[in-house]
Amino acid sequence: MLKNITLGQYYPVDSVIHRLDPRVKILLTMAMIVAVFLVRSLVGYALLLAFVYLVSRLAKVPFRLIIKGIKPLRFILILTFLLNLFLSAQGNILFQWRFITITDQGLRQSIHYSLRLVFLVLGTSLMTLTTSPIQLADGMELLLSPLKVIRFPAHELAMMMSIALRFIPTLLEETDKIMKAQMARGADFESGNLLRRAKAMIPLLVPLFVSAFRRASELAMAMEARCYHGGEGRTRLRVLKLTRPDLWASLAVAGLIALIVLEGIVLPKGWLL
Amino acid sequence: MSIELRNVTHVYAEGSAFRSVALEDISLTIEDGEFLALVGHTGCGKSTLVQHLNGLLKPSSGQVLVDGQDLHGEHVNRRLLRMKVGLVFQYPEYQLFEETVAKDIAFGPKNMGLGADEIDRRVRSAMAQMHLDYQKYAERSPFELSGGQMRRVAIAGILAMEPQTLVLDEPTAGLDPHGRDRILGILRELHEKGTTIVMVSHSMDDVARLATRVAVMSHGKLIATGTPREVFSRQDMMENAGLRIPEAARLCQSLRQRGVPLPDGLFTLEELRTHLSALWREAHPC
Amino acid sequence: MAEQASILAEHVSFTYEESETQTLKDVSLEIKPGEFVAILGHNGSGKSTLAKLLNALYLPTEGRVLVCGMDTAEDERIWDIRRRAGMIFQNPDNQLVATVVREDVAFGLENLGVPHGEMVERIDRALETVRMTAYADSAPHMLSGGQKQRVAIAGILAMAPSCILADEATAMLDPAGREEVLQTVRKLNREQGISVVWITHFMEEAAKADRVIVISDGEIALQGAPREVFKQVERMRELHLDVPHMTALAAELRKEGIPLREDLLTVEEMTEEVCALLCPSN
Repeated sequence: MLKNITLGQYYPVDSVIHRLDPRVKILLTMAMIVAVFLVRSLVGYALLLAFVYLVSRLAKVPFRLIIKGIKPLRFILILTFLLNLFLSAQGNILFQWRFITITDQGLRQSIHYSLRLVFLVLGTSLMTLTTSPIQLADGMELLLSPLKVIRFPAHELAMMMSIALRFIPTLLEETDKIMKAQMARGADFESGNLLRRAKAMIPLLVPLFVSAFRRASELAMAMEARCYHGGEGRTRLRVLKLTRPDLWASLAVAGLIALIVLEGIVLPKGWLL
Repeated sequence: MSIELRNVTHVYAEGSAFRSVALEDISLTIEDGEFLALVGHTGCGKSTLVQHLNGLLKPSSGQVLVDGQDLHGEHVNRRLLRMKVGLVFQYPEYQLFEETVAKDIAFGPKNMGLGADEIDRRVRSAMAQMHLDYQKYAERSPFELSGGQMRRVAIAGILAMEPQTLVLDEPTAGLDPHGRDRILGILRELHEKGTTIVMVSHSMDDVARLATRVAVMSHGKLIATGTPREVFSRQDMMENAGLRIPEAARLCQSLRQRGVPLPDGLFTLEELRTHLSALWREAHPC
Repeated sequence: MAEQASILAEHVSFTYEESETQTLKDVSLEIKPGEFVAILGHNGSGKSTLAKLLNALYLPTEGRVLVCGMDTAEDERIWDIRRRAGMIFQNPDNQLVATVVREDVAFGLENLGVPHGEMVERIDRALETVRMTAYADSAPHMLSGGQKQRVAIAGILAMAPSCILADEATAMLDPAGREEVLQTVRKLNREQGISVVWITHFMEEAAKADRVIVISDGEIALQGAPREVFKQVERMRELHLDVPHMTALAAELRKEGIPLREDLLTVEEMTEEVCALLCPSN
């Protein structure tokens, strides 16, 4: 039944990585993304891969689940690789045929770009697999709260996210119900060409929107009745506290970045890319 | 036309950790012209059962026969068979979507591929059956109507398909007493005119007023069927299924226990009134 | 001065902005501390609007509403007013905000700025009172309707209200859910002295109240103890309302000349009355 779906790609197990402060996880993910751009050689990528593997073990998340995150991106990856390969004209020519020229620098660039993309995805999946959406919203709200000075709606965004998460299962169930109700009136959602199928969605979408709006207005009233008046002066039940593992995690990522920078300096230029 | 369930079992999420048996070996025949009430506590499988009656759900094992044809057999036009059984879901007003009442009611007949004249005839007739004045309501937006009116429009949308059997899942849920009486009155009229009706209900008093037969479900199983008199006189069985008997039936039993000579199994206020006033006249022949 | 009323409405009228007719006309009522008052009325009678006027979700067009002595028109007291007069709505789904039960109960407290330690304590106590402690970490969409309403009650209870306004809180529930929600609120009424305004169209529920107010066309049509109100069977039918089955049966039997009490409500009372007249031993 629809009730049992898991949302997003959160992998709900208990681990030291899952228990890290979401703010720390967001910041460290960003740091790792920066590190990806500092890599100069395949050795650096190997280091990153080893790190991702290690974290996945600590997080009790199957490594293949993290790798699977790349799959939807395979076309973009191939495209990135090919574009960089063909469109770069600098460096020594390795191969030339008619208008196609492949240079050593182009090859190097396309490998770099594709691998960067891969690690961007791996890093963020690592975060979303181990952090529940609600924790992510919390972390974002707190990290962005200094921006309230320039009227950035950090609290409102987090509240929206949290309400959306609350109502997704409800609306999914409702979709199923309306769909069945219209099928009982002979509606056909499955056959016909694209246009016909799009038109067949109207009896589903209109009631769904009507219902969502009704829910929204009722919820707004219920929130007001419970004294909701924005983020000001609000306390929180979920408090985030930095713990020792957060420090270790930060040190580990710092170490990783240091190694990557070192690799860029120590290894002679052009060695393994 | 009859609908026959033969040893129907339905399992949700088979093969996963969430596996749950919603229906277990249900055999039930819905006879022509009857008013069958389906009762049971929440989660007993009633809603799953009604969705089998028009093939929205497929039994995990067992068969559903409509007019003798297996609803899930090969070479069966399921959409056509489905339309012979009109299913009205809970809170059916949430399925309204058209700009006008008439257009919304026409949705079903249109899907059946009928001609414009026939559709128009059916819309008018369905509205009349649901006590909706055509002149007054046909061109109005369904979203401007009151809750009770919206519900009648939604039921008209099913009636316009002229199903031989009308199946309703808690048709009076959330309505005020007036709206409820209105819907129940209409159902009684439809039944008197020959429509077979299956109604899921939590209100034993409504069931007592209308049903010709009652089927009691508990934990996915059919535990009793019979006339209201038979079913409501089995108070223990009803309580085990998490159900109360109608107030009138409770009064009858408690009076009999105190020695008032009433016949067994009275279950409507009407019956009680008749018998009690007869007893009174007997005792006080003035 | 006598004990201050929990809620006091004085000559309240209300007209919706886009509407020309008055939804409520000159309604005055008083809810005493610890009182359980049922409000009956058919759909569109204005009873739901009345509820929203009682905790400053709407402001009267004319007249005034006092919650624990505070005028709902006073802007700066609005949060105190809403905390004192907590509201449960009809649709159990559309009033739960958070993805976890415990956090939903916390919602009102967070809004009021209650410190963390005290918040946790109050939540635990509220969940225990409505007997939902076992579900503290569940997601709302996995609960039954009655359970969701109990969570909503806990959310209000945690804010330490003096009054609970229930706007058809049982209309969408099955009989078992209705029973559990009504029991929960009655317990709070009895044990903690929280006054209750119980809007409903179930006569059996209203029959258990201290007082019944019937609203029709935006005005108070009838009020009094349940027995006094329900015995006016004909009048209630004119107002498109039911009376409890036993009261209706008694009225029918009285017409046949049987001298029954006209204000009986329950099967037990009916049994006693009928036995007194017809039992063989008498």
